Formats: sequence, C-alpha cells, structure tokens
Amino acid sequence: MTTGTSLTRRDFLKLGALAGAGLVIAFRIPDAAEAATGAFEPNAWLAIDPQGRITVWIARSEMGQGVRTSLPMLVAEELEADWSSIRFEQAIPAPRYGNMSTGGSQSIRSMTEPLRKAGAAAREMLISAAADTWKVDRATCHAENGAVIHAPSGRKLAYGALAVKAGTLPVPENPPLKDAKDFKILGTRRARLDVPAKVDGSAQFGLDVRVPGMLYAMVERCPVFGGKVASVDAARAEAVKGVRRVLQIGSGVAIVADTLWAARDGRDALRVTWNEGLLASLDSAGIRSTFAELAKKPGASARKEGQGATALAGAARTIEAVYEAPYLAHATMEPMNCTAFVKQDGCEVWVGSQSATGAQRKAAEVSGFPLEKVVVHTMLLGGGFGRRSHQDFVAEAVEISKALNAPVKVVWTREDDMQHDHYRPASYHVLRAGLDVKGVPVAWTHRQVGAGILALIAPQAVQNGLDPTSVDGAENIPYAIPNIEVDYILHDPGVPVWWWRSVGSSHNAFVVECFFDEVAAAAGRDPLELRRELLQGQPRHLAVMELAAAKAGWGKPLPKGRGRGIAVHASFDSYAAQVAEVAVADDGTVRVHRVVCAVDPGHVVNPDTIEAQMESGIVYGLTAALKGEITIAKGRVQQGNFDDYEVLRMNECPAIEVHVAPSGEFLGGIGEVGTPPIAPAVVNAIAAATGKRVRRLPIRAEALRRG
Amino acid sequence: MAGIPLTVNGKAQTLDLSPDIPLLWVLRDHLGLTGTKFGCGVSQCGACTVHVDGEPMRSCTTTVGDVAGKRVTTIEGLAPGKLNAVQSAWIAEQVPQCGYCQSGQIMAATALLARTPSPTDADIDQAMSGILCRCGTYPRIRRAIHRAAKGGAR
Repeated sequence: MTTGTSLTRRDFLKLGALAGAGLVIAFRIPDAAEAATGAFEPNAWLAIDPQGRITVWIARSEMGQGVRTSLPMLVAEELEADWSSIRFEQAIPAPRYGNMSTGGSQSIRSMTEPLRKAGAAAREMLISAAADTWKVDRATCHAENGAVIHAPSGRKLAYGALAVKAGTLPVPENPPLKDAKDFKILGTRRARLDVPAKVDGSAQFGLDVRVPGMLYAMVERCPVFGGKVASVDAARAEAVKGVRRVLQIGSGVAIVADTLWAARDGRDALRVTWNEGLLASLDSAGIRSTFAELAKKPGASARKEGQGATALAGAARTIEAVYEAPYLAHATMEPMNCTAFVKQDGCEVWVGSQSATGAQRKAAEVSGFPLEKVVVHTMLLGGGFGRRSHQDFVAEAVEISKALNAPVKVVWTREDDMQHDHYRPASYHVLRAGLDVKGVPVAWTHRQVGAGILALIAPQAVQNGLDPTSVDGAENIPYAIPNIEVDYILHDPGVPVWWWRSVGSSHNAFVVECFFDEVAAAAGRDPLELRRELLQGQPRHLAVMELAAAKAGWGKPLPKGRGRGIAVHASFDSYAAQVAEVAVADDGTVRVHRVVCAVDPGHVVNPDTIEAQMESGIVYGLTAALKGEITIAKGRVQQGNFDDYEVLRMNECPAIEVHVAPSGEFLGGIGEVGTPPIAPAVVNAIAAATGKRVRRLPIRAEALRRG
Repeated sequence: MAGIPLTVNGKAQTLDLSPDIPLLWVLRDHLGLTGTKFGCGVSQCGACTVHVDGEPMRSCTTTVGDVAGKRVTTIEGLAPGKLNAVQSAWIAEQVPQCGYCQSGQIMAATALLARTPSPTDADIDQAMSGILCRCGTYPRIRRAIHRAAKGGAR
C-alpha cells in the first residue's frame, strides 16, 4: 500500500476519531423559530424532520462516482429508512465533517463506519422514543421501513412523529450494526439521486454558479512551466469594452470583465513578456533520454526479495525490456473554474473541488481570513480524476476577488486547462526476468525512473529517494517469483505532476502485466495459465482473473485478425481483471471490440454504480492507452484542445461487460480500480493478434502497420 | 444597435448584444440557461449542443448573429416540466456520471431520434461521436437511445 493512500488513511482515522467522539446525528430539535418555518440548518450527518423526511449530509464531492447516493445508502440501511424519504444536502466544511477530501477511491472506505454508526444510533434513539411513548419494553419494539413497530400490540409510529422526542435522548456511542445478511438497501441497485437534475439541465456545476454582481476573469499564464511575468502591456486589453481591470496575480495576469467573453477578448489583446525561466529548453526527447541515462544506475529499493541480480545471472534464460509511459492531462469535461467573494467579514467560495477542506484552507490562506470565516459551497464537479484535488484555481479566484472586493468567477479555457494542468508523471522502466531450465520464472527486476508526486507535496513521505506512490502497482507485484527486486530513481524534469486516476497503478499495471506476458511468451506458456500458477497464494487476484477469463471465453477461437489479452491488478484495496478483444487493421489502427471485467471490491453498496465506475475506468484508461500523450517542446505543452489531445469517442468504445464478485470481509475502493488493467489487457491482445509487442504508450498505429 | 431577434425555448426576444458573441455564452451568461455547457470552445466536444430550428448545432462556434430570427432550443426547453423519451431513457439506464456532457448528449440523441426513429448502432455512432464523455458513459448512452427508440422498453 502506498504512502499516498495511507496519507488519506490517516485523514480517515482522524475523521473516524472525530465521528466516534462527537457522533453528531441530531434529530435536531427544532427551536421555536425553526418549528414555525420547518427550517433546519445543515449541521449533522443526518436529520429527520417532523414530516419524516430524512436528510443526509454529503461530506464528499460528487464527481460522477455516485457519493450522493451511496453515502445515503449507508445511513438508510442502518436507519431502517424508507429509501424514498431520503434526500441529500452537500455539507459545508466544518470540523465535525473531518477532512472532506475526495480521492484515492476512499469515499466508501472512509465513510462506511461513521455513516453506518450514525444511522444505527438514530435507529436506536427512535426505537427508544417509541418505547417510551408507548410505555412498553424497548426490546419488544423494532424499526422497519421508516417506522417503529410494537409487534405485540401492532402499534406503529412513523419516524417523523418520533423525531422530536428522539432528539431529546442521548446518542448511543456504540449502537449495534446490522448483520450483512439482513441488508435491504446495501448491495441493491438504487437509482442515483443526482441523476434527475443531470438530464434536464438543472444540475449546478461550478461553472454554472451565478452570484449577484459577479465579475468574470481569465488569467494569462506563462506558457513555460515556472516562468514569471517580466512586463505587462495592458493598454489594449483595458480598452476592450467590458474589461474592468488587468492585474498581476501569483499565477500570471488576470483580466477581469463584466462578461466572460469580454475577459476573453481582453486577454487576447493583452501583451505580456515573460521571464521563461529554467525550463524554457525542456522537451520530451530530452526527458526520455535523461530517464534512459538515469536508469543505468540502481535506485532506491522499493522491494527486495531474494537476490534478483544473482538469480538473473544464474538463470537459464533472461529477457529484458524497456517500457515507457507519457505525461497525461486529466482533461475533465468541465474546465477548471472557481467563484469567490472576499467580503469585509469573510470569504465565500463556490467550486467543484475534490476537497472542500483543501479549498477552504487555500481560500483562508489567500484571503487572510481564519478557516471559520471561509465558507465553501461544493458544486457538482464536471469530472475530477484527481485534477480537482489541486487548489490552483481556487487561489486565483480568491486572490482576484480580494483585489476587486467583488465576487469573481475565474474560468479556464480548454487550452488553459490542457496546458496548465498538473500531469500524470511520465515514467521509464527497465525490466528483466530470468527463467530456469523448465521455463519457470525465477527472477524479476523492475527499475523505474520518473517524477514523484509526494516528493512535491509531502517530501517527508519520501524516504531514501523512494516515492511510494510512483512504485504502487510495481512493488506489490503479486506473482510468486522467488527473487524480486523493484527500485526507483526519483527524477523530476520540472513538468508539474499530480494525482491522475489510479496514480502509480496507471502506468505500473501496464508495465508489469505486459512484461509478465513477455515472460509467459518466453516460457512458451499461455499467459493465463502462467498467471494461474503464480497466483496460487493470491486467491482474490486469482478469482477475478478466472471469472473474467471464463466470461470472456478465454481460449475459444476468435475471428481471424483478432486477439485476446488479459491483465489482473489490485489497487485501492480492490481486485480487477480484464480481458480485451482487439483487432488491428493493416494500417495499424487498433479497434477494441470487447472488454470483459471482473472486480472484487469486498463489499458492494450500489452494484449499478460499481458497474458504471468500471465502465468509466476502462474508457478513461483506454483513452490513455490509445491516444493519451502530453508532449513538451521549449518548456511548453504542445497539446491544447481535443483535436490534438484526443479522447475516446462513441464510435470507438468497445462493448463492456462488468462482473461484480464481492468476496466480503474487506472494503475496497472503486473509482480508480477499473483503469489500471485496460492498457495491459489491450497491449497483450495486440501481441496475441499481431505478434508485435507495444512497450511505449500510447499505442501507435505506425508501429503496428503491416508490411 | 437594432438588436438581435431570436426565439429561445419558445420565447421570442430581442437581444441588444454584439452579433459576434458565441451563442453559448449568450445562453449561459446573458439568459441564465446554464444547462448548455462549455467544454472546448472549438466544436470538438459537443457539450454545448443545442437545437437551431430543430437541428443540432454547436453553440460555442455559432454566434448569436448566426441565429438571428431562428428558433433555439436548449436542454431546459426540451420538455419543460416533464421529460422527453430520451431524458426518461437516460434515467432508466442511469446514464450520467459527472453529468457535465449529458445536456449535449441528450440534445444530440433527441435530434437523432427525430430524424431516425429507429437508429442502428451505426446511426448512433454517426450522430453521437461528436459528443465527448470523459466518464465513459458511451455504452449506457447507446442503450438509452435504443430504449428511447422502443418507447421506453429495453
């Protein structure tokens, strides 16, 4: 497990402790004024009003992964609620919610315990309130479908009628949790509560925020990473109708206008001279050659079992390969944006952020107000994928609003978004494997060179030059090979790097699972059979792999020109295997026809959401495998929009089958788990179809052209 | 300035705006119709798809002057107060994830079904491949279009 994940896990523990200590459930007792209006303030995990409506506060960001439905399901199950009475409200950062950061496929893992306990505590209080009302033994009452029932007398009281009384009772600290065999909501398909607003245009994303008196801003940023403003000629920009102000801010030069279009025109008219700085000569070819040079020497050890080098030297046969993965942009459909209003007495922010807590901290830092004076409204996120864990766009909006004393919406264009992202790190990998005389793998060494994300943001987590997030998915290779060595050379060329859906596993699954197929080929073994043999000690890997293989018809004949490939990978405490079926045209174009996915996330909250997340992860990873590459020239990103940073389209999308097979007893993540296996499954399928081995992403048609 | 006459979601109006502003920003920032989304600004992603005289158009590269005298329909005006067959099918198939591209998807799908009531997969590819989705909802979009074509049955 990576330090990146455990950082989040520490946050979770903090939240857990918080929730345990002050489990605020609140059947809030309405005061006189509230009772008159029926109004309730959002200050707890859940509330029940006298009409029986149940509100669950969502302390995570909704970015498509379904938390506005799955988190209420956790509460509703223990509460024995009528699902149709459940509504959600987005939580505003407050100490009782702990860290609201949404990433690392953590939402269900971190929220299951506090939300189930919150629902259970509420249920117990309602039962007590009913027993007290009826003056009967509490043990003769039970909760069911939104009411407490006294079976001996057949009496029944709905939750709404009990809410006020229940609110006067002490909150039980350790309410009994339901046995999984009694679940009525968890594990069942529930229509997503956020979907209706997403089909009629009413859903409110960050970009849709409108605040009275709001101005619009765009920011001109140095095209070279790390460059600074040398001088600004704002005269022509200021002459544009509607432009209010041109001002220098931390990230560049902001143009503030009455409308977004005027801000854009103003920015077009702006003339900025940049000090391009140290990275003005950086280019992709140079980065690759530096990586290759660095890979010649040993790095920091991430895993050492047995004697890899000795075993290689003594092996009957050795194979070696170099694998490369490029920088990738996140390219969320909604470009970055944030609206902020720095007022006399505090700061208000409206933003689609993956961390309302992080946004609050950043806004406090930039505005100068203490945290309690900073209110963050978490809007819907038009995609996150890690990008919206960064607070760069929040800082801009707050800084500009503070300068203008007005509400300001900062909007990034697609080009801004593509060229000023914080990218999935590029990486370079050298792999060697040794086989004994019988073709059994006896040694596996994997050396990686690349930039580390923790090295940037939490250098204390980097011990002896090892950034654990970079090697996640490489150091935990699951195969029973007696000698395994994984080492890592931290080298940051200067391109900003960041979390990107599945982080280290996004490249390491590709590298490990493809090289494993090369080992199988060298051994003359079927890649599924060799995996089966070397995964005997890994029952969960094995189970998802066998399921995917069986459902995909592994071994059955395919039409001419098609090939199947398999990959299995555990990430974020879940297990996924995928079989891809591909065809390669004479011109080298790869068409992925079908993907069969099996996943074991331990427990299932909403199976439909898990299927959707697997589909999502597969399409996201397939875009990266087939198309994704950010290249650098003269310190600048060369791609700008979807014409040169292409993403998978409807006509290129394979048929996807997902089989959810929870084995129980653990909680796995789901948002990122579908992404890692798809690139290797496709690359392995290409090798099966053509005999050609792709070792550098994205897959290039020219490398696969026939003749 | 004489003003630009146009009908948005059935409501005739005259806008006192420069004719070269993209329709997208007029809808979103002047008329408050934020259901139509900005994704790329160059007709590459389709998030901004609206209907102009019933035909799907990319509002980010269509200026407000281009649609003078025409009927513009946005997601908000598709079936006010209710859902059309496509929107219902979108719910039945639980299509949206983040949801940001879905207005454009629904506008394109509605236009497709108006023209081709029983589309083949190839028809769907043809009509829908211009609308990008980063959440990977394409398989569900395909199912939802087939469902809508069958009057709601799967």
